[in-house]
Amino acid sequence: MVRLAVKRLVFGALILWAVSVVVFLATAALPGDTAQAILGREATPERLAALRLELHLDDPLVSQYFSWLGGLLTFDPGRSLVNGLPVAEFVGPRIVNSLVLMLTAAVVSTPLAMFLGTWSAVRRDRAADHVTAVVTLVLAALPEFVVGITLVIVFATGPLRLLPAVYVGTGQVTFVDLVLPALTLVLAVGPYIVRMMRATMIEVLESEYVQQARLKGLPERTVLLRHAVPNAVGPVAQVVALQLAWLAGGVVVVEFLFRYPGIGYALVDAVNNRDLPVVQALALLIAALYIVVNLLADLVSLVANPRVRTAIR
Amino acid sequence: MTTPERTEVLTGVRVRGLTVAGVPSGAPIVDSVDLDVRPGEILGLVGESGSGKTTLGLALLAYYKRGTQLAGGSVAINGVDLAGAAVRRMRGDAVAYIPQSPASALNPALRIRTQLGECGGDDARVREVLREVALPDTDVFLRRYPHQLSGGQQQRVAIAMAFLGRPDLIVLDEPTTGLDVTTQKHVLETVRKMCATYSCAAVYITHDMAVVAELTDRIAVMYSGRVVETGPARTVLRSPQHPYTARLLMAVPDLDGRREIRGIPGHAPSPVRRPAGCAFAPRCPLVVDRCRDEVPALEDGVRCFRAGVSRFEVVERVEVPVVSADAALEVRGLSAWYGSHQVLEDISLSVPRGQCVALLGESGSGKTTLARAIAGLHPRHGGEVVLGGESLPPSGLRRTPLQRRRIQYVFQNPYESLNPRKTVRELVLAPARVLLGKVPDGLVEDALSQAALSPELASRYPDQLSGGERQRVAIARALAAQPEVLVCDEVTSALDVSVQAAIVELIAGLRERKGLTLLFVTHDIALVRTVAQHVAVLEHGRIVERGPVAEVLAAPEHPYTQALMADTPRFDTSRFSQ
Ligand SMILES: Nc1ncnc2c1ncn2[C@@H]1O[C@H](COP(=O)(O)OP(=O)(O)OP(=O)(O)O)[C@@H](O)[C@H]1O
Ligand code: SF4
Ligand SMILES: [Mg+2]
Repeated sequence: MVRLAVKRLVFGALILWAVSVVVFLATAALPGDTAQAILGREATPERLAALRLELHLDDPLVSQYFSWLGGLLTFDPGRSLVNGLPVAEFVGPRIVNSLVLMLTAAVVSTPLAMFLGTWSAVRRDRAADHVTAVVTLVLAALPEFVVGITLVIVFATGPLRLLPAVYVGTGQVTFVDLVLPALTLVLAVGPYIVRMMRATMIEVLESEYVQQARLKGLPERTVLLRHAVPNAVGPVAQVVALQLAWLAGGVVVVEFLFRYPGIGYALVDAVNNRDLPVVQALALLIAALYIVVNLLADLVSLVANPRVRTAIR
Repeated sequence: MTTPERTEVLTGVRVRGLTVAGVPSGAPIVDSVDLDVRPGEILGLVGESGSGKTTLGLALLAYYKRGTQLAGGSVAINGVDLAGAAVRRMRGDAVAYIPQSPASALNPALRIRTQLGECGGDDARVREVLREVALPDTDVFLRRYPHQLSGGQQQRVAIAMAFLGRPDLIVLDEPTTGLDVTTQKHVLETVRKMCATYSCAAVYITHDMAVVAELTDRIAVMYSGRVVETGPARTVLRSPQHPYTARLLMAVPDLDGRREIRGIPGHAPSPVRRPAGCAFAPRCPLVVDRCRDEVPALEDGVRCFRAGVSRFEVVERVEVPVVSADAALEVRGLSAWYGSHQVLEDISLSVPRGQCVALLGESGSGKTTLARAIAGLHPRHGGEVVLGGESLPPSGLRRTPLQRRRIQYVFQNPYESLNPRKTVRELVLAPARVLLGKVPDGLVEDALSQAALSPELASRYPDQLSGGERQRVAIARALAAQPEVLVCDEVTSALDVSVQAAIVELIAGLRERKGLTLLFVTHDIALVRTVAQHVAVLEHGRIVERGPVAEVLAAPEHPYTQALMADTPRFDTSRFSQ
């Protein structure tokens, strides 16, 4: 198992490196001149040239890439071109904010969705199951900004003015700021998990070992919790991981919608301002998050499968 | 029907009028079943696939699968009705179930200790029962997961699980399916011993008459959801009163080769299509008008208006001396691999023209690989396949149409080998079109009639056919290409005994009448006697014994063949002929 985990880890690192190349090339290929973008239209050619020299913009791409990569590896991805702050310092608190948002969404949505899926499977073909099926299907089909805007209308700008429509603070987030963005993310990732959990549980509940557990006279609770659910977790972990990994990207739209001070919002801002070091660092960070979550999911499904677990010893 | 003797039965199991219906069709899958099983007694519940055995077995634990529900009747164990709130308490405690396939009935995610522990009883009791079923009672064993056990061990764990709570009734649903005969023998011995030790009533579900004959005290024969005959095992087997029982017994292959087998024409109806009146009427040789209007009642253990008229008749089997003939098909030094794993080692085999060679071996011994290599379906092999003196390329793709035409292959599972989107006519025509070039008139009708199928079937789709009919279509498809050699890979293993017998009769007839050369792959040693002139025994990818069937079976030399002969349950005809 350790060997397998190490293999996945090395593989993840390789992917991350490949992503870094792509991110670097993509940002370098962005149209327009960075120096011009920073200094504005009235800049004199001398000042532009001086800035280019300072930012190494005229160096060959390869050497630019390696100095950037070296910076990343020493946790010094450069300075923001816009406000001059070191990228790490600028991005740090935003990472925390985003992680708080994503973790809240994950911690709320995963158990809730798995519970709903199980419940729906147990009540298969009854009214509750049909309602769950329709609601999850509709939610899965709606883009998250539609869900977000609907939530804003209902809870913030409509008759119930319970929560702020957008973030208006200065970097610190409180619980109230978190509710609507987190809820939007929960509604975006939850339905897939519910549907997958339901389908897997139905299969497991039809299995012979569940039938056998019932024929042993075990209480239905034990049958469900000890015999059925553990066998459904493995396959569902994959879908949960995909959804959580999606969060890393999905957070961009949602943060932008709520002006939530996280990496997503910062990324959109940085792209608008052509703040290349920030864009590059954030894009890579999101990719890293994606890879880590997938890695964790693989580990969970490995651990959930006794065949794999025992083969390792 | 309350005879004084029956009302006295308070100990043991008492089933009255038990009816289980399909949902939403409402058609009874199990119809008004009455059974009595005394403590320590083993009742054999036999019948063809789909006759409702499993449904009845589960109903004895008040369990109804999705799509089925209780529609009447009662089950009482030692005088206590198995119903309502009592059900959960009684399951495991008063009544236990041993499933058909322990591999899928043991929870893959839980250790053996957990699964045994939840059946009631403390650690000492768990270990005691493990010893009783001849399994290790060590911590190491208890810590294992099901996938770390062999098939036989898994089945013993299932048996241990059932006996842990010292039940009064135990239901065993084909508990030896998929096990090799030696393991089956041990499992059967364990079952018998455990039932005696705990003086537990047992219902043993099976379609294998030989197992019933060896194991059980009483028999109930099911046909289309109804018990059609019941009584002491010896009596029912010696002088069956119901025409279905009699015909069923005649379909059982005889390992000792004294009797021919005879199939039952037609197939059992599904619960929704069950005819009014006696369900067996469409297949019954004794049918009279009354049978079609009225359901016969179970009287003196038989459900038939003409009980006792039909008898078990022994069709004496005449041993035909094997004449020598030149080899139609020869295999020389054949070895085969899957990846780097070698499954066949230096196989040499010769099939005389117009005769049948049986390739006998248990699952995993490599028999299908050999058959496929011969047919050109497994190109990764070394050695030579020689057809009529001509060496064939390993891959079927490299063989000429003529070479391919001369060897045809019939697959194990007729439910998978026929394309469900094509009609029977298209299915039969397809290979002939490719291999014959010009298709002669009436080819389909001719092939169908050779396979004993009505030409009307030509316009049907496979899902409108029964399993036996599908296998006949597969045979007709092979025959349409006008082959010299027919390779039959376990062609009857997915079929019922009565249908199996009919297919075997058909294949044997084709050989006799048309001079077809046959390679008959099977795991069932009893069938070898009936079909083949020569046998080759395959174990772990090597041929360990070969020769004329009569000689090999009379005096097997290799320990593996000896074990097969010794452990296969006998259905001894001398006990039944009067
Ligand atoms: N859940 C179900 N819903 C509807 N019909 C069913 C259901 N289960 C079984 N049947 C039908 O009931 C009949 C009896 O099925 P059952 O499984 O009891 O047969 P069986 O005798 O055990 O067969 P086998 O030997 O193949 O195990 C079959 O015709 C089958 O198609
Ligand atoms: S009742 Fe009639 S059809 Fe049914 S088995 Fe008896 S004789 Fe045959
Ligand atoms: Mg069954």
